[in-house]
Amino acid sequence: MSNAAEAHGGHDDHTPTGWRRWLYSTNHKDIGTLYLIFAIFAGLVGFSMSVLMRIELMYPGVDFLPALTGGNIDAAYHLFNVLITAHGLIMVFFLVMPALIGGFGNWFVPIMIGAPDMAFPRMNNISFWLLPPAILLLVFSTFVEGPASFNGVGGGWTVYAPLSTTGQPGPAMDLAILALHLAGASSILGAVNFITTIFNMRAPGMTMHKMPLFAWSVLVTAFLLLLSLPVLAGAITMLLTDRNFGTTFFDPAGGGDPVLFQHLFWFFGHPEVYILILPGFGLISHIISTFSKKPIFGYLGMAYAMVAIGVIGFFVWAHHMYTVGLNVDVKAYFLGATMVIAVPTGIKIFSWIATMWGGSIKFDTPMLWAVGFIALFTVGGVTGVVLANAGVDHAFHDTYYVVAHFHYTMSLGAVFSIFAGFYYWIGKMSGRQYPETLGKIHFWLTFVGVNIIFFPQHFLGMAGMPRRYVDYPDAYAFWNFVSSIGAYLSAAGVVLFLYIIYKTLKSGEKCPDNPWGEGATTLEWTLTSPPPFHQFNELPKIK
Amino acid sequence: MKFHKILAVVTAAVTTAVMLASPLLAQTVTNSDGERIGVAVEKQINFQPAATEIMERIISFHDLLLIIITLTTIFVFVLLGIVIVKFNRKANPTPSKTSHNVILEVAWTLAPVLILIVIAIPSFKLLYYQDTVPDADVVIKATGNQWYWSYEYTEEGGLSFDSNMLPDSYFADEMTEDVAAERAMIVGEIQHLLDMDEEPQMYRLLETDTRIVVPVNKNVKLVVTASDVIHAWTIPAFGVKVDAVPGRINELWFNATEIGTYYGQCSELCGIRHAFMPIVVQVVSDEDYAAWLVRAKDMYAENVVDNAVRMAAVQPAS
Repeated sequence: MSNAAEAHGGHDDHTPTGWRRWLYSTNHKDIGTLYLIFAIFAGLVGFSMSVLMRIELMYPGVDFLPALTGGNIDAAYHLFNVLITAHGLIMVFFLVMPALIGGFGNWFVPIMIGAPDMAFPRMNNISFWLLPPAILLLVFSTFVEGPASFNGVGGGWTVYAPLSTTGQPGPAMDLAILALHLAGASSILGAVNFITTIFNMRAPGMTMHKMPLFAWSVLVTAFLLLLSLPVLAGAITMLLTDRNFGTTFFDPAGGGDPVLFQHLFWFFGHPEVYILILPGFGLISHIISTFSKKPIFGYLGMAYAMVAIGVIGFFVWAHHMYTVGLNVDVKAYFLGATMVIAVPTGIKIFSWIATMWGGSIKFDTPMLWAVGFIALFTVGGVTGVVLANAGVDHAFHDTYYVVAHFHYTMSLGAVFSIFAGFYYWIGKMSGRQYPETLGKIHFWLTFVGVNIIFFPQHFLGMAGMPRRYVDYPDAYAFWNFVSSIGAYLSAAGVVLFLYIIYKTLKSGEKCPDNPWGEGATTLEWTLTSPPPFHQFNELPKIK
Repeated sequence: MKFHKILAVVTAAVTTAVMLASPLLAQTVTNSDGERIGVAVEKQINFQPAATEIMERIISFHDLLLIIITLTTIFVFVLLGIVIVKFNRKANPTPSKTSHNVILEVAWTLAPVLILIVIAIPSFKLLYYQDTVPDADVVIKATGNQWYWSYEYTEEGGLSFDSNMLPDSYFADEMTEDVAAERAMIVGEIQHLLDMDEEPQMYRLLETDTRIVVPVNKNVKLVVTASDVIHAWTIPAFGVKVDAVPGRINELWFNATEIGTYYGQCSELCGIRHAFMPIVVQVVSDEDYAAWLVRAKDMYAENVVDNAVRMAAVQPAS
């Protein structure tokens, strides 16, 4: 394959250096790196918040957070709400999306489809550089008033009206809304870029049906972003005008309706959860295939299962709202539609297993994360089927069962896929391979830790413990204690991960072009590690 | 076929386990008089035992779901186990190149569809049972406020009262005289209203200064709304939960089958003290309910306004 791209070859191949290289970057790999670094830092902040929450919840009574608020007990209660809100927003908008779409998507989609770069390199730059101001606005919001006399936004990541309008009159909520606007604009620009790149810049011979599944997954994700984020932008703009300009979209006193906000929010919010997991689906497919030394089983089924999940994902939003007072027939519709999603998801799980079946599997670190992903995503998936049933959801709604469910799909699904992708591609991206033994220890520490955190939360939910509670009745003490122990174990895993990054970049072994052998068939493994600054000066031809 | 046998055995085992464990694990809490207390117990891993037909149906439907999801998970985990043991690089150095099998792909598309149909039919039945409100014997209006509930017995001349959580200080091992006196007064009121001889068992974060009282085996309709932000009213042992939304009236119904005390907590994030606005429902016999109504109307007399006066207040002057 003719991929002879040289880093310093072409006449117009100027490579800016120093801060200019990063701030002005139009190179998809540099921008991808920026996204990954951003995601790691944001992820550390979001993770630290979850540890603070688990410390508080380890024992009944509110004993830990008042130490951070100078003994003010109401401020401690509010701080807990600020933590749950910021944890959710940061993990969704500033960890998972930047890591999977901005980071791995930017790095590998152009390479996989044989393109020299993204379609709109400068737009790619602004997509990334909108994120730091977005997270800064969110950080600033914690220093200004939210509800009367307390600082920060305590409305949950769902910012339901009227808790987010009359319930938090201070400017903190406005800053958080603007943070979401910027993050949303960033993602819409990114989505436009990916769609254009994938439709127009595939190398000769790279038909849609030959395109690697990761590129498929990012394509579907980009459409979800493009169609759902404007709805969120509209909804939070209406919040903003309700708050500041006297409109009453969500205020019954002026003919509005708080439930309208929930419809708008979840019309975005449900596709959003697929936005978080679909790129993970894509890259897990690559890893499974690579380490099994087998082509993907049922490639077309896999690609169109993702399309199906994306499409159906737009028609199930109100299953987040079963207790809001919907008409029973409406609930029945959303119940049925939601269960349908289990079918394409099942196709994916079984196709991954079938890919491994008959394979010659090497259990290197990326493969461990991938198999862990399949196992835990299955658990999160089946509890999703339980929650789809409105009748049972009346018991589970807003309990820890829901918390357990979505962390099994997100924290143990999306985040496992991020780690899988990191170990799979770090050698390619940095030119240095990660330490294998430490990687495996990291996996096992995290795998055990997160299960100890989240599995007992199913029990808490069944026993009736509501979510977003700073303190709980004493009967829930035991499983909360266990859950917190798991959080500390996971924290050890995160520290180890940071050390692994340091060790890899400082003294990792030189990574060959293709460290994984014949199973790795996508185009990135035909390039050097790290790839040249500009790849594919001559487009590769796909047979 | 070996596979069929294994599947049958595992299915039977999981089904038996769930059917046996579900009632075994249901730990019923009772007070010294043997009356039911609807509250979670330490280390509980399943639902609170049902105190209504609704919750009984939820539990039995959930048992079915639990069997199905456990089998599904076991099935996936066993496949993963086989793959790990049989198809690792040592055991199987040369991989197959199979990448299609139409029959298999059709099978794993249709099998989940069939399973989902098995789930959907009882699920719809349950949903319509819960959401069809029967003729009510007692109607209570619940209003969520930051951070307490207000209740109004709409057919009892506007009998109404607020329900605030009892603070942690009432549960401390040592308390000041003031706190002890305050506590004694409030607990005294609860005892007086319910004609209890002894102080009831109290639970931290679940106890309120006033209780909603409803008659046993009667259809109770609750109309739920809120005055400020969204709250949610629930009693886990009844299997009911509905959001209290400002500007809207939501409904739920229950028919409690056991005399006792049942606890719930606000279930929609409502601000700083979201965790501190519990719900207590006292289910009593018909006679006790009638007696309670008399005492309550007396105690909350300042809230009780004659229906005629209330209606006059909202009618335009003619």
